[in-house]
Amino acid sequence: MTKHGAAAWILAGPALLVIAVFFALPVVAGLALSLTDFDIYALADLSTLRFVGLQNYLHLLQTPLFWQALGNTLYFVAVGVPVSIGLSLAAALLLESRFARWQPFFRTSLFAPVVTTAVAVAVIWRYLLHTRYGLVNQGLAAIGLTPVDWLGDPHWSMPAIIAFAAWKNFGYNMIILLAALQAVPRELYEAARMDGAGAFRRFTDVTIPILVPTLVLVGILTVSGYFQLFAEPYVMTQGGPLRSTFSMLYLMYEEGFRWWNLGNASAVAFLLFVVIFCASWVMLRFDRDAPGRR
Amino acid sequence: MPRRGPAPGCPGRRDAMRRIGWGSLALAGSLAGCGRGKADPQGPLEFWAMGREAEVVTELLGAFHARHPEVRVRVQQLPWTAAHEKLLTAYAGDALPDLCQLGNTWLPEFSALGALEPLDERMTSTGIPRDDYFAGILDTNFMPTEGGASRLLGVPWYVDTRLIFYRTDLLRAAGHAAAPETWFDWRAAMQDIRRVGGAGRYAVLLPLNEPDPLFALSLQQGSVLKDDDTRGAFAQPPFRRALDFYAQLFRDDLAPRMASTQVSNVWDEFARGLFAFYVTGPWNIGEFRRRLPADRQQDWAAAPLPGPDGPGVSTAGGSSLVIFTSSRRKESAWKLIRFLSEPETMQRFHALTGDLPPRRSAWRAPALADDPPSQAFARQLERVRAAPKIPEWERIFQEMQLAAERVVQGRQGTEAACRELDAWVDALLEKRRWLRGRRA
Repeated sequence: MTKHGAAAWILAGPALLVIAVFFALPVVAGLALSLTDFDIYALADLSTLRFVGLQNYLHLLQTPLFWQALGNTLYFVAVGVPVSIGLSLAAALLLESRFARWQPFFRTSLFAPVVTTAVAVAVIWRYLLHTRYGLVNQGLAAIGLTPVDWLGDPHWSMPAIIAFAAWKNFGYNMIILLAALQAVPRELYEAARMDGAGAFRRFTDVTIPILVPTLVLVGILTVSGYFQLFAEPYVMTQGGPLRSTFSMLYLMYEEGFRWWNLGNASAVAFLLFVVIFCASWVMLRFDRDAPGRR
Repeated sequence: MPRRGPAPGCPGRRDAMRRIGWGSLALAGSLAGCGRGKADPQGPLEFWAMGREAEVVTELLGAFHARHPEVRVRVQQLPWTAAHEKLLTAYAGDALPDLCQLGNTWLPEFSALGALEPLDERMTSTGIPRDDYFAGILDTNFMPTEGGASRLLGVPWYVDTRLIFYRTDLLRAAGHAAAPETWFDWRAAMQDIRRVGGAGRYAVLLPLNEPDPLFALSLQQGSVLKDDDTRGAFAQPPFRRALDFYAQLFRDDLAPRMASTQVSNVWDEFARGLFAFYVTGPWNIGEFRRRLPADRQQDWAAAPLPGPDGPGVSTAGGSSLVIFTSSRRKESAWKLIRFLSEPETMQRFHALTGDLPPRRSAWRAPALADDPPSQAFARQLERVRAAPKIPEWERIFQEMQLAAERVVQGRQGTEAACRELDAWVDALLEKRRWLRGRRA
């Protein structure tokens, strides 16, 4: 037993060491930092560093900007995740359909946005969403709708960011869902058809239950990814207009690297961690209680 | 360059970061920090510059090398958007260069860090005449010390301020022969332009995401901070007057409620006459010449910013050259600063970039002396005033604009917005009050 134990420790040792140095230590240091008022003055002279307990957290919870950032992030997650996964599922079903031709071509081109650089495509999206000359508004005008100031109107900026993010990310989940779809046993469909189930019933009663574990996995990955919204508003709107696309991570970035309030920035990071942890936990519970699960 | 091992305790740093995150940072330090030959006084001079200036400065270095063959210079270009973060992390990681181009609003921050070498004596001993510099610009480089005296921590390299660019034809058509000099005349001109122009025309573009125009107006009225720069004074009459004037322009539809990102192409819109006045900076002299159509080139001019009762002050911006205290090659660095500060070098620099020189003697070049828009800047530069010299200023500056944006968009009353802003500023400056109390 001890022999086995020693061997296990030796084998796992290097990995544990790396985890300790590059994960555990920074997390603990970050937690410690979040209890101090580390700022530019402390960077210059450590004797001005003050231990402030939970004050950073309390202060954040009283800051309207924090709630605005949290609200924006929740809005982005609540709308963006279903839209994104819905798109992924729809695309996966289309690709898996019997009528799909040129499947490898479409699979590749639908996956392409995932591997493009966010900054480069954001520039193109800014052209598309342009108020006067953008293709999107020209399309709206063609069907008789009034143009929308996508990135300038505080009401439309977040939907525009969501559309961009969903377009950019749906390909990744599509590939995972496609793999799950291909693993659904054909016999189940045949049996369902013999029992008289139409295409819609086959989808709701065969496909969906089998997909649930995969959907939950995809959901958790997407939710935790979408909570960390940053690049899209950073390149498209700089958090504006009127901070309508200002996210939690954006707040953390501004506090930490723009204003060098590392104490506050760490506190934002831990609050975001708590939020993501809770969301993931709820979704895991949902998975456990799901009908498809024994 | 001889590559040295991590010298015991990299020279001269009592670095907070190292103690807090000692694990990972000590590792990173031994991998990259100390061994870069920084400690070698004979190594090449590391010079960080930003954006276009960095590209152009290498073209000036030929003449410098001819005069000082013993000094080698290595220029590194930083993009403006990342420069601030990069400099702060370089400070934390003890990887600062010898000298650097620094936006003069960043000086207080690096001064608070104690990272900047005082240059008073070098300036005097090398005979660079201080009164040749525009006073307001030079003032931004003086930082107060704890003893109450102030020290020169940077040498102005080029200058930036805000004034009005305007359409001469639209102003004439509205019945005004000359550019306005007072707020009253300016407002009257804008109202006439709007009346003559009809629907779809505004009078002035004040992009809602740019704090500079409002701040320039408030500089004309007085200070926005009080109690030794430890509390906000935004609810006080000086700022209120500026904000009232500013916000009224939007309420009267003289200014569109637009951010600069919403105006796809300001030059096109200016040529088309969407607005007749545009409060902006010196880079637009070149941009207007390049981007306005040929048949519009006769129709624009620049003029100093109008003030409450006569030509007013404006912002004192621009970049300075600084030497970091950590440098081992300060003499060479000063030689380069001295070279870049010569009027002839400044004139060449202006020819290459369009950046305006901070020394009056450099303005004798025909390219500046005979150029009407540049002359408007020359007049404005005699009336510029430094922003509060505290590290938190940049943040307050941005927050001020957010408050103004809420007022302009009608989401908050002026009174409430100013009080809220003051409360926010007071909370932000708590540490300054604590530090002041500790010193006392």
